[in-house]
Amino acid sequence: MTALLNNRYAIVAALAVVIAILPFTFPSSYYLRVASLVWVSAFASIGLNVLMGKAGQVSLGHAAFFGIGAYSTAIGPAHLGLPSWASLVIGACVSGLLAYLVGRPILRLKGHYLAIATLGFGVLVALVITTESRWTGGPDGMPVAKLTVFGWRIGTAYAWYWLSGAFLLLGAWIALNLDDTPTGRALLALHDSEVAARVVGIDVAGLKLRAFVIAAVYASIAGSLLAMMNGFVNPDLAGFQHSVELVTMVVLGGLGSIVGSIVGAAVLVVLPQALTVFQEYENLMLGFIIIVAMVFMRDGIVPMASKLIASAR
Amino acid sequence: MSEFLQLFFSGLTVGAVYALVALGFTLIYNASDVVNFAQGEFVMLGGMVTVFASAAGIPLPVAALIAVSVAVAVGLLLYWLAIAPARGASAVSIIIITIGASILLKGAAQIAFDKQFHRLPAFSGDAPIDVLGASIQSQSFWVLGGTATAVLILYVFLEKTLVGKAVLATSASRLAARLVGINTATIMALAFGGSAAIGAIAGILVTPITLTSYDVGTMMALKGFAAAMLGGMGNPLGAVVGGLLLGLLETLGAGYVSSTYKDGFAFVMILVILFAMPQGLLGRRTVDRV
Amino acid sequence: MLAVKNIGISFGALKAIDDVSFSASAGQILTVIGPNGAGKTTLFNVISGVYVASHGSVELGGEDVTSLGPDALAARGLSRTFQNLQIFQRMTVVQNVMVGRHLKERRNLFADLLRLPSVGRQNRETREAALQLLDEVGLRDKADVLAGDLSYGGCKRLEIARALATGPRVLLLDEPAAGCNAVETEDIDRLICRVADKGIAVVLVEHDMKLVMKISHRILVLDRGRFLAEGTPAEVRANPVVHQAYLGNRGAKEVQGA
Repeated sequence: MTALLNNRYAIVAALAVVIAILPFTFPSSYYLRVASLVWVSAFASIGLNVLMGKAGQVSLGHAAFFGIGAYSTAIGPAHLGLPSWASLVIGACVSGLLAYLVGRPILRLKGHYLAIATLGFGVLVALVITTESRWTGGPDGMPVAKLTVFGWRIGTAYAWYWLSGAFLLLGAWIALNLDDTPTGRALLALHDSEVAARVVGIDVAGLKLRAFVIAAVYASIAGSLLAMMNGFVNPDLAGFQHSVELVTMVVLGGLGSIVGSIVGAAVLVVLPQALTVFQEYENLMLGFIIIVAMVFMRDGIVPMASKLIASAR
Repeated sequence: MSEFLQLFFSGLTVGAVYALVALGFTLIYNASDVVNFAQGEFVMLGGMVTVFASAAGIPLPVAALIAVSVAVAVGLLLYWLAIAPARGASAVSIIIITIGASILLKGAAQIAFDKQFHRLPAFSGDAPIDVLGASIQSQSFWVLGGTATAVLILYVFLEKTLVGKAVLATSASRLAARLVGINTATIMALAFGGSAAIGAIAGILVTPITLTSYDVGTMMALKGFAAAMLGGMGNPLGAVVGGLLLGLLETLGAGYVSSTYKDGFAFVMILVILFAMPQGLLGRRTVDRV
Repeated sequence: MLAVKNIGISFGALKAIDDVSFSASAGQILTVIGPNGAGKTTLFNVISGVYVASHGSVELGGEDVTSLGPDALAARGLSRTFQNLQIFQRMTVVQNVMVGRHLKERRNLFADLLRLPSVGRQNRETREAALQLLDEVGLRDKADVLAGDLSYGGCKRLEIARALATGPRVLLLDEPAAGCNAVETEDIDRLICRVADKGIAVVLVEHDMKLVMKISHRILVLDRGRFLAEGTPAEVRANPVVHQAYLGNRGAKEVQGA
């Protein structure tokens, strides 16, 4: 089991099986929708985990990139006449470029200072989205055109389930590929000792920046997918609370664990859905889940589980 | 000139509130290294409890006292139930715990109270006071005076009392403090209770001006954190200076540049300052030892 | 190979290093000694680019490298170890050394993300080279152990292997024998001599006087950030200034007995 958790072929194969089988256990298309939400959130969380778990850098403003991706698929077709898929690509490029530009000065900071700078950046992006209502519809948000690929309109819950599942598989595969490559090793090294990494010739600033850009592109694509799936966007997607949810998914699932990111996303998406009979209690539940998870499952669910399994033998 | 003065005063007023929140941050940060994102919820509790208590017919001063007590109780519970059990967790984990606490408190407030905006009457009437041609809300003086008093009391407590010195010793070195017999757990609880009280006072003072609702805490925490950072994390004087500066900057920016991006000035400034001098205005430069 | 000229660094009012000059040549072992607080580790931090010198210059193979950071210096052939161990704890021993080969590897983010076949081929080459270095420092049998689980002495040797993996012309070793027992110290001492024999300029900070006197070609003595003396082990041992100003009576005996 623990060996399986470390083999990227096994992980992707297992994930593919889960994605393929799950719909047959669902009694209604509501569950398909929740599962698709999990896949999309997991996609964003995997990207953020490359930054947080591998490179060891926190971002408390990551929903900004999610929001940029989401709004690009809203604004592209509505205001610029672009096809949705092209808007997704453009959104990812814009996010990557923005991450590249702000990343260099931001990633020089450490600890709490890095936290506040990323947070400030996130709040600013959310503020722009809320304020520029001519483009974004302001605080009320705006509708998003349905995705059409080669004349084939993707609208049903099933179609979105498979599409988001496919994206998740691809995203997980790419992130898993990083392990045990020069870049992956350098990221881990940087996480353990920045000064030692520099002394062996690793361009620490450049490497952090790459991880930041990767995480931004993942979040942006996830945002685009969610926007097209929901057919609607609002500024909350880019907001502080969403950034916190993304970070919580990563830490709760397990820093550095790709499987953990998926588990973390599942917990954070499914639990509130399952527990909020009344909309009123959503914040209460979310806060409670976050605290309990962080206090009692500090290392993250997946690393803890694999330790338990290893010690049980 | 009178327009500038008007903006200046309302900037100072908002800044004084940020200063109190930043001071709360600093107190907890110094005692425990925890960056407490739930700090803004104390401000919310201060305002909301006072509003609802006085709506129930309790006289304002008593209502305010109740609000402070509630906030202190919440602060202590936060420490005992969420922070103390998480001892040894990474800085990021603890930040997330406090954010979780902030979301939880917000959620509890939206159920216990409601989702409406509320206001309190100004403490000494609504008649503005004329200062050099600018008309200043009388409540501004309450906020400024209250802030000055709170800062003074905190200063005297830290510098002149034995318990206060124990807090300072704990912030200088937790290990050394324990070695000389200081119960650092008690000190940390005290810091949480104390900064909850400071936050609640800020909330009570400012509610007649800015209104309050269940969700004012998040932005307040972000701004307060920004102010603490601006002044240099862990420096109480820096927190006050940072808070006042931030309030001025925001209000003058909104008045002269763009009011739609009022909330943005604070964060633009923070980014600029962090990029230019990563340790804040009054922070110390540190060198990594290897 | 390495020429340090009138180097100095201050922290506030404190002059941690004040006007120190020396040079190290290929295949030679130069040892820096001095009492605690003499500025030995600070000197290393300045030379290796971790700190920026307040004045003076550092030349590497004739090129002025004073203002370069550690990564740029590594690319030019300067590597180091740390007194307070900076190993990558969550990676295996062999992975630690593989990271040391970073500059020798072809690095392409997209090839890595897509895990092109070339990445696998290169991984095998890097691993092979890393295993050879582990052989040299005697850690081959620990290759797949988590580096955090190594003994103290093992970590010291791992740091040397990782530094050697960068293919340095100049190697700075900060107290490689500290905390090691007699047998381990002897292993390290042979290892350092082998490294120098390859033509690498070795600069050493070390407290173990026996080791210092045995393997050093030249010794540089610092005291409170200043140059005190320089010479062969025999010259330093005979230097009365070193005895009195730095070693004191007990230390003097230690040196003469070594």
